[in-house]
Amino acid sequence: MTRKLLQPVLAVALGLALGLAVTWMAGENPWHVFMILGKGAFGSAYDLGMTLFYTTPLIFTGLSVAVAFHAGLFNIGAEGQLTMGALAAAAAGAVWPGLWSPLAPVVAGLAAILGGTLWGAIPGWLRARRGSHEVINTIMLNFVAAGLASYVALYLLENPDSQNPETRPIGAGYLLHKFAVFGGAPVSLALPLALVAALLVWVLLWRTVLGFEIRAVGQSESAARAAGIDPGRIRIIAMCLAGGLAGLVGVGEVLGNAAKFKVGFSPEYGFIGIAVALLGRNQPAGVVAAALLFGALHKGATALDLETERVTQELSLILQALIILSVSADGLWTWLKGHGVTRPTHKGLEVTAS
Amino acid sequence: MMRQLLESTLRVSTPLIFAALGGMFCERSGVINIALEGMMLIGAFGAAVVTCVTHSPWLGSAGGVGSGVLLAAVYALFVIWLRANQIVAGTAINMLALGLTPFLCKILYDVTGQTPAIPMAERFQSAPLYLSWITVGLCWLWVRYTRGGLWVSFAGEHPEALDAAGIRVNRVRWAAVLMSGALAGMGGASLSVFLASSFSRNMTAGRGFMALAALIFGKWRPVPTAIACLLFGFAEAMQIRLQGVSLWGGKPIPVQFIQILPYVVTVLVLAGFVGRSRAPRALGTVFRRG
Repeated sequence: MTRKLLQPVLAVALGLALGLAVTWMAGENPWHVFMILGKGAFGSAYDLGMTLFYTTPLIFTGLSVAVAFHAGLFNIGAEGQLTMGALAAAAAGAVWPGLWSPLAPVVAGLAAILGGTLWGAIPGWLRARRGSHEVINTIMLNFVAAGLASYVALYLLENPDSQNPETRPIGAGYLLHKFAVFGGAPVSLALPLALVAALLVWVLLWRTVLGFEIRAVGQSESAARAAGIDPGRIRIIAMCLAGGLAGLVGVGEVLGNAAKFKVGFSPEYGFIGIAVALLGRNQPAGVVAAALLFGALHKGATALDLETERVTQELSLILQALIILSVSADGLWTWLKGHGVTRPTHKGLEVTAS
Repeated sequence: MMRQLLESTLRVSTPLIFAALGGMFCERSGVINIALEGMMLIGAFGAAVVTCVTHSPWLGSAGGVGSGVLLAAVYALFVIWLRANQIVAGTAINMLALGLTPFLCKILYDVTGQTPAIPMAERFQSAPLYLSWITVGLCWLWVRYTRGGLWVSFAGEHPEALDAAGIRVNRVRWAAVLMSGALAGMGGASLSVFLASSFSRNMTAGRGFMALAALIFGKWRPVPTAIACLLFGFAEAMQIRLQGVSLWGGKPIPVQFIQILPYVVTVLVLAGFVGRSRAPRALGTVFRRG
């Protein structure tokens, strides 16, 4: 267990050290920058709330990437899936604004899952039945989703009271309860929902037959086939699950925060989800912890613009990139372990699967 | 009208052609290049900064090419030496470029959004356009008739055979990745000192991925890839042209559908609904001797 934890922790430390070295080259005191990051992320109830607000979608996208990964698939499409999920939730709320409270958020939540699932099913089906690689397909579908969403937000459900590209507001019955302790930060029921989702993913993967089949296909397609599992079917199911999880980002964003779909609301939650899954070793608990780290980095960095002379909030992107690179450097870790050449890393993320 | 549309198609295709040819080197050698987007972006930034300093777009593009190569070297270091997963590392490289460019911009010019505007006289008028098509020709010759072209293809199709012939596979891949950084950097340069007049935050806006799409559409071959770039460039030119033009009862034409066309077409081609596109056999795999 400790050895499993050691590599991600070292990788984060290395990434942070490299990133802070960059701020030193920019002429700032790295320790000062680090303290600003910490204070910006956890300094007050409101700051903590904002950190948790950013953490929530990252749990969903991290789980999405992790579930697909266990089936041997690389889901770079969480960005498109969460776009479709958020759009579907906002559409439900805009089309039936009169729906009352306990029912309305459930309907919108199901719409979010459905939108994401549909967008995950397409690359799943294409991979399983047409043999085309999900990496390229999901990248392409991200752009298609962005285009479709901006069409809907501009022409079908446009907000007549705003010049911004966004849908009209959802009905009041849809809004989720926000926790008051966070001083107005939009921490809604979406956060506990994300934690429940993490628990359910764990149960699914390690306590059900379907989860066993998913992991079997991910580890060895031929062995799975020999055991009577249809890998194509499992891959489609896994991508549907991945899409549905990413789609749930829409719950926190639309029902818990903006009350509408805003074009470009996501600061690349989908891509950061890849990093979250990788750092969390594709384990639900690890995903939650990694999401909190990246959420804190994102929130902490927003304070940099005001509090330092030359460092901007873009530092969070640099830090995230350096952490991902550190985690992914398989050769570095095998070298550190002193094994030299060990297991092959031909396909996918074996480094995280062990 | 037609002439204008043709001209603007050729112009907006230029950065795509450079980047897609760059991607071709990398992917033919067996290394996936999701990082084209980031290499283009850093190239656009480098070119704008060097042009600002030297007042020469030629030196500027050299700066763009140099910054593309530098970022490509980081990518190669991770995916070839450290055996990082190519898709994960590529995503990280894109994030790095997205964060690093405004970060450096702030340090150099004290603004995060944009580099200072480059006056008309210090920008390219049409040179990158011609240069891109010359590059297409050279790439075609290189793939078809040179030993280096053969090595790269073997590194991507049968790395074991290349190794058996005494050629170091990973050296060939290093060279191919650096070359892709150079060309993607030139693609970025043609954005910031040819099509636009400065660098602005995330100015590539997905063009690196579109170049990747063109590469797949063009089946990893130089001439078809360039034609795919033209096709996607035409879609972009149409979309710019139709922006705000009304058609049905005063409603503007939804340009979003033209916007997504290149991506939809790529998905269809890859799935074999329209022709068939096959990737190099060893694409995305790590090569180890012995």
